[in-house]
Amino acid sequence: MTVESTAARKPRRSAGGKAGATGTGTETAAEATGAAAEATGTGAKRAPRTTRAAARKGTAEPQLVQLLTPEGKRVKNAEYDPYVADVTPDELRGLYRDMVLTRRFDAEATSLQRQGELGLWASLLGQEAAQIGSGRALRDDDYVFPTYREHGVAWCRGVDPANLLGMFRGVNNGGWDPNSNNFHLYTIVIGSQTLHATGYAMGVAKDGADSAVIAYFGDGASSQGDVAESFTFSAVYNAPVVFFCQNNQWAISEPTEKQTRVPLYQRAQGYGFPGVRVDGNDVLGCLAVTKWALERARRGEGPTLVEAYTYRMGAHTTSDDPTRYRHDDERAAWEAKDPILRLRRFLEASNHTDEGFFAELEAESEALGRRVREAVRSMPDPDHFAIFENVYADGHALVDEERAQFAAYQASFADAPEGGN
Amino acid sequence: MAEKMALAKAINESLRKALESDPKVLVMGEDVGKLGGVFRVTDGLQKDFGESRVIDTPLAESGIVGTAIGLALRGYRPVVEIQFDGFVFPAYDQIVTQLAKMHARALGKIKMPVVIRIPYGGGIGAVEHHSESPESLFAHVAGLKVVSPSNAGDAYWMMQQAIQSDDPVIFFEPKRRYWDKGEVDPEAIPGPLHKARVVREGTDLTLVAYGPMVKLCQEAAAAAAEEGKNLEVLDLRSVSPLDFDSIQASVEKTRRLVVVHEAPVFFGSGAEIAARITERCFYHLEAPVLRVGGYHAPYPPARLEDEYLPGLDRVLDTVDRALAY
Repeated sequence: MTVESTAARKPRRSAGGKAGATGTGTETAAEATGAAAEATGTGAKRAPRTTRAAARKGTAEPQLVQLLTPEGKRVKNAEYDPYVADVTPDELRGLYRDMVLTRRFDAEATSLQRQGELGLWASLLGQEAAQIGSGRALRDDDYVFPTYREHGVAWCRGVDPANLLGMFRGVNNGGWDPNSNNFHLYTIVIGSQTLHATGYAMGVAKDGADSAVIAYFGDGASSQGDVAESFTFSAVYNAPVVFFCQNNQWAISEPTEKQTRVPLYQRAQGYGFPGVRVDGNDVLGCLAVTKWALERARRGEGPTLVEAYTYRMGAHTTSDDPTRYRHDDERAAWEAKDPILRLRRFLEASNHTDEGFFAELEAESEALGRRVREAVRSMPDPDHFAIFENVYADGHALVDEERAQFAAYQASFADAPEGGN
Repeated sequence: MAEKMALAKAINESLRKALESDPKVLVMGEDVGKLGGVFRVTDGLQKDFGESRVIDTPLAESGIVGTAIGLALRGYRPVVEIQFDGFVFPAYDQIVTQLAKMHARALGKIKMPVVIRIPYGGGIGAVEHHSESPESLFAHVAGLKVVSPSNAGDAYWMMQQAIQSDDPVIFFEPKRRYWDKGEVDPEAIPGPLHKARVVREGTDLTLVAYGPMVKLCQEAAAAAAEEGKNLEVLDLRSVSPLDFDSIQASVEKTRRLVVVHEAPVFFGSGAEIAARITERCFYHLEAPVLRVGGYHAPYPPARLEDEYLPGLDRVLDTVDRALAY
């Protein structure tokens, strides 16, 4: 079934022929499946989880786009190299710095939770490349719709890391102005934000702007109806949105095979837009693939699904205990593919860095940790009356009445003697 | 100049005016474009304002509301239609967890000027899921405003005000009154959106209703008048916020209150009104606040709906019970 027969949009140009991509503008489903099957022969990175899955597909997992191997070797890729061709050594060091500082911030937040300063923390450990690579592909005028784990993307957008901690400390439910960094509030209900991103992108198209929108979500969210509906709406209206799915293999305790029987990126095919799987631990690969997808959006070619294949190295949140559902050897295997380590190897082999760079970064990292720690510890509890603030933009009689009742109740303690009778 | 038109036409005219006066206003929903909506409320709008502003959407209610939220974040003012009351529930998650809370979560930095139009209520002999009254499920949620006009003039002006509101408004349209004609004056200066209106003055008992039940209460008051009972009828117009001051003023005069709505009585808006008015008017009341509404049962097949819905006799029977105290 072609796109033309299923959707009311006319892509201006086919974006076909990408390795690991399916469902582009003009190819048929049969061709797309064929391309995927062909791709699987060359670069399988991971054995199927179950023999049943292997038997069904008859092959190993499909190919990932990868520009940097776990050993830090640069791999040529005719399709995606152009998107990182102009990345300078300075920018490479920048990507490294982003990932190191994000990991440091994340570790600090985990510690702060352990010390009782935060109620909860959702760690991004292991997903730094997916977030920094995609985050650095964005322009300032692009708009980001995150889940609650996009600390690296927030960093790229210039959101003060301390601001991210307000909701986890329990002093607010959001806490930043989405429009000051074009970074929407963290969204906890899984998948809801993909529709907001799609609607926002529909608005961008109406405005005739060439900005793009990116929606983050995970393998678990891929099962949500809202994600399916966002695929439908974005395809039908040809909305300039990139769906960036970080498949970190685990939705709390449920492995990806509990969410899907096909590789997630292949879902795009059924909606009539391209899907591509990229090595989510390869920051260059993520940068290149996201830039490609964003440029498609800017050119009016509609949505793209990017599946960043990565791993949640830590627990789902600080409340989770992964030892109940997964083995240490799995984590060890992924540690060998660490996103930061592989870029460091590449930088060192290319003589782009010296000891001074790493030493300076170490100092900066410690300073960031200190600053975040101090910011959280000095974060005041909200005023009691904040309960009633911003419930409505235009006011509401009941809120006014209850605020007054609450004030009277609070005031009733004013005359009470200290320490009771 | 005032013109007589059907309630559905009044909403159509109101949407037309909003589309004309603000380029950010969008109309979206299932079949709202070429068809003009299953009730023709959006008739002719797509022809005049184009497919980019009057948008036929995929058949996915969560998607309609979710993308409307995104459009609002981009600066648009979407007016979305949910085709029937019973179809709103796929969108309930987006409405409750996202739309209602966004302004507060952003500490007031962003606004959600989204209107959700829902034709609601029974009395038209429809099939399942086409006759429900879920207003309490929305009034219970902080961050939402819930209104329901009872006549053409209010429908026109309340829609204008709902679109101008920077808060999300659930706009319940009394579908059985769509074809009732009334005066619409586009030059008039409307009262506040969330203020109730006395539609019939009386001294013996207050009947409170909104949307489709206002007309019924007026008929009940007329019938009671023939028996020498002088009833006051209050059209609430807004379910959230609720204009308790106006109810209180009326009850302090009449000392008796009966609330009428199509929605099930159990946990319905009548329960909230009864509780608050009992608290506010304890020493004025001569009788407990009584309620007339649907039963705690699924909305019945059409051939039973006359038994399920409040009708003239049930309202009068309840009035008699209140007067007997």
